[in-house]
Amino acid sequence: MTHARSDEGVAGGEDVLGAGVLERIPDGSDLLTAEDIVVRFHTKRGVVHAVEGVSIAIRAGEVLAVVGESGSGKTIFTRRVMGLISGGNGTEVHGTVTYDGTKLTELSGKELSKFWGAEIALILQDPMTSLNPVKRIGEQLTETIVLHKRVTKKEAQQRAVELLRSVGLSEPERRVRQYPHELSGGMRQRVTIAIALSCNPRLLLADEPTTALDVTVQAQILDLLADLQSRLRMAMLLVTHDLRVVRSRSDRIAVMYAGRIVETAPTPELFAEPKMPYTEALMNAVPPIAGPNHIRLQVIPGRPPDLVNPPTGCKFSPRCPYAQEKCLTEEPPLREAGSADHQYRCWYPVGSEEGLKAKARNVERGRSAAGTP
Amino acid sequence: MPETTTTTTTTVTAEPAVAGAANGTDTAKKVRRAGRAGIGWYIAWTWLGAVVLAAIFAPLLPLWDPAIPDYTNVFGGITPQHWLGGDTLGRDTLSRVIYGARASLLVGICAVGLGALVGGTLGMLAGYFGGRTERFLSWVTDVVLAFPGLVFIIAIVAILGSSLANLIVGLAILSVPTFIRLSRAATLVVAQREFVQAARAYGSSPVRIIFREIAPNVVLPVAAYGFIMIGVFIVVEGSLSFLGLGIPPPTPSWGGMIAAGRTELLNYPHISLFPAAVMFLTVLSINYIGERVRKQFEVKESNL
Amino acid sequence: MADTMATTPAAPATAAGPGGGTGGVSRGTKRKYALRRIRKRLTHLLLVLLAVTFLSFVVVDLLPGDAAVVVAGDNATPEQVQQVREDLQLDRPVLIRYVDWLGGVLTGDLGSSFRTGQPVAEALAQRIPVTFEITIVAQVLALLIAVPLAVWSAYRPGRLVDRASMTLGFGAAAMPNFVFGMVLIVLFAGGVSSILPATGYTGFFENPLENLRSIILPCLTLMIAEAAVYRQLLRSDMTSTLQEDFILMARSKGLSPMTILFRHALRPSSFSLITLSGVNIGRLLGGTVIVETLFAIPGLGQLIVQAVFNRDYMILQGALLFVAVAYVVINMLIDLLYLALDPRVRRDA
Repeated sequence: MTHARSDEGVAGGEDVLGAGVLERIPDGSDLLTAEDIVVRFHTKRGVVHAVEGVSIAIRAGEVLAVVGESGSGKTIFTRRVMGLISGGNGTEVHGTVTYDGTKLTELSGKELSKFWGAEIALILQDPMTSLNPVKRIGEQLTETIVLHKRVTKKEAQQRAVELLRSVGLSEPERRVRQYPHELSGGMRQRVTIAIALSCNPRLLLADEPTTALDVTVQAQILDLLADLQSRLRMAMLLVTHDLRVVRSRSDRIAVMYAGRIVETAPTPELFAEPKMPYTEALMNAVPPIAGPNHIRLQVIPGRPPDLVNPPTGCKFSPRCPYAQEKCLTEEPPLREAGSADHQYRCWYPVGSEEGLKAKARNVERGRSAAGTP
Repeated sequence: MPETTTTTTTTVTAEPAVAGAANGTDTAKKVRRAGRAGIGWYIAWTWLGAVVLAAIFAPLLPLWDPAIPDYTNVFGGITPQHWLGGDTLGRDTLSRVIYGARASLLVGICAVGLGALVGGTLGMLAGYFGGRTERFLSWVTDVVLAFPGLVFIIAIVAILGSSLANLIVGLAILSVPTFIRLSRAATLVVAQREFVQAARAYGSSPVRIIFREIAPNVVLPVAAYGFIMIGVFIVVEGSLSFLGLGIPPPTPSWGGMIAAGRTELLNYPHISLFPAAVMFLTVLSINYIGERVRKQFEVKESNL
Repeated sequence: MADTMATTPAAPATAAGPGGGTGGVSRGTKRKYALRRIRKRLTHLLLVLLAVTFLSFVVVDLLPGDAAVVVAGDNATPEQVQQVREDLQLDRPVLIRYVDWLGGVLTGDLGSSFRTGQPVAEALAQRIPVTFEITIVAQVLALLIAVPLAVWSAYRPGRLVDRASMTLGFGAAAMPNFVFGMVLIVLFAGGVSSILPATGYTGFFENPLENLRSIILPCLTLMIAEAAVYRQLLRSDMTSTLQEDFILMARSKGLSPMTILFRHALRPSSFSLITLSGVNIGRLLGGTVIVETLFAIPGLGQLIVQAVFNRDYMILQGALLFVAVAYVVINMLIDLLYLALDPRVRRDA
């Protein structure tokens, strides 16, 4: 019963959301590229190296997952890609972002905001805080539509109702008159998805879209996103700390650690042949099912590195079971594993001969080169 | 608006003063850090220190008698004998400003001290016991707040006569409701903490818990607010003297001196100007220091 | 696959428990919560009103100097004083006089001045509009200056507008308003220039232009320190609002900075400002004494001070009643304003 209703809702949304899909650039070519993105915050405590030289390319219609623990810089990176973080006022930024031929990093704030909402949309982690508490749902939806589309207020309101229906909300006519606090967490996240999709963006940045939600609702929201993404042939950057979540829901994965990409590969390949010990650790990590969802995930021994004084050499070396003396002094470059699609940063990759030897040596001496047992 | 997301620290508490439940060393560090911000901090302390010291040691200083008129110095300008000139009766302005500081500071400090003591204690009781005590005190608070403060003071002065003591008591009563609210809010925060819960579990008496466990944590926010209130009361005392309801003449007070110069405002503005400037600088210093200290007690949290 | 929370409206309501009212709270229920809240508040405030009037009765009664002596005049014989005392019923116990007075109030009779015989209601009707005009104009001015400055300061912290307005605000907050008023007089009414009257008040219906001229200086005097405090308060609330996710979300929709600042951030940041402004209006309605004295304006503050000195109990009592009622009404208005501004409040009864 519920299943049928949900399908019906999604099918009904086809008209609203489907518009404009055909004009899009063909799948497979780069929609957005980010090159050597650097974000540093100059604080009283020192310089926080939040993102250090990250490059990615998102192809039209694909899902790229960015995976990492809290503090890996994935959220800052996402916001920098969109342009929500810019230089000045203690913030240092470098690198270029190109979207469909336009260099976003060279645009003024005003020019940039023409892309926001219309071409590139964002979904945040916590739907409790990402909706304005004193504005009705309908108003928060229509303001974006009216801003970017040439429609009347009335048309925008109709569209808002249809959007809410297409993200699986029951009684959308009533929802538009409600305030965020009158909805449950899952419903609210559906609303933010509806807002994000309201102007048919070609790229959706979803920053941990389910982390703050109940476990039971998480899968539903992720499936909704996956469904909408494939039907609208929209590219998506899915940020998460949970590798398992993206296994069946992404085309490629980039693993981030300490503001760097430490491994990137097509999803099946990454799961089949992880090269970086950190990726392996993430795969073995099982987040606690019980307990609050938004606690900092610490399933890998040790702490995420201090971004003000990051360790020299490989940033993961203090926590790495494979770490050798070389890891502590020299930072490994991104190397290709077979194809340009699969790259990693490690001197002693998982599954290689050197890696096996390194691990065996550490087991023998009872500790890694960094002193971790 | 790029700045909003790039700021790395954020203030999370809406009622900053209440968050000041810190231990001793933390407090010292925070107060020291407050000073690191710049030269204004030192200037403010220097000025306050000078005013306080001058007030305390006024009788020892080589000053003219503040009460004796000198007909050669009526409306007098700045001279080597009278650094700040003379007033409408020719009394030495510098001397009167310094003696006036005694009245202003005494009223400010004593009234705040009394109000903080009474209000702080009642607030802790309200916060700790809740229920009927709290409802009653909130009602009393509302009654006092609904009563126009200046009218209350005027009535006090009219009933009991204008004197230093009456002024202090009157102002203290007016400040009690705010201190109750502040202390109650701070108590509510502290009462939830483990050490208070533990003390309760051990069966410590409420009196003991309130004074040994809670009070040390409530003192700081109350004191921080009280410090700023001293400045407020100096202004209120000035206002009352301005209306002729303050400390009775010939005892000099800043407000009284400003009021006395009013009639000659257009011809000899310096008679009002000097005491007004001294009052302004003193209150400014108090506000500046108070604001700096208060900022340090706000809870900050990394946004990264 | 479907989100049960979304498809079955009953689910969230039960999950939130009674009174939590998320999913399916009807408009009627909401209104009921609001009404209950207002009723509770009203009862509390009525008690406050009673206590204030009774207390003022007692305080006034404690005033030294026999009112009868004052009213009868300096040359009155003891018999005459006694006669006055009986006429004014001052020989009866406080409590009885209070109940009497309260009964009068409830039937719309506030009594008459002991000295002039003028009905209290008439005296109040003359004075209240004057104080009211000055208070409201000053508040509006303070908000008109403070809000844009605060919003801009929070938007561009540490820049010129923020720093300049903070420094000026610090100075304004430390300046006693009678001193500021005197400075204004020197500058605009006799010293440097004489473009405005230094004292006096012209009624609006008498001469609107003169009215405007006569209230400019008093209003500026009242406004300046408040504008400083308002700016500081709103700036800090606004700064924390701008850190919120929903602001980031609004930016990511492509909304312009002005839309975000004024349509998204201002309303959720304005609650403490509204409270403080309300408290100030309530306070000023009973206490623009200083400004009224400085600028010789025949307002309520002057009336109260004169009544205290003249032992004119009836006038004083009536004025205090008005001040307390103003406090109560303004508190109610603030509550209602909250209901209008913050949909979340409507829930917590």
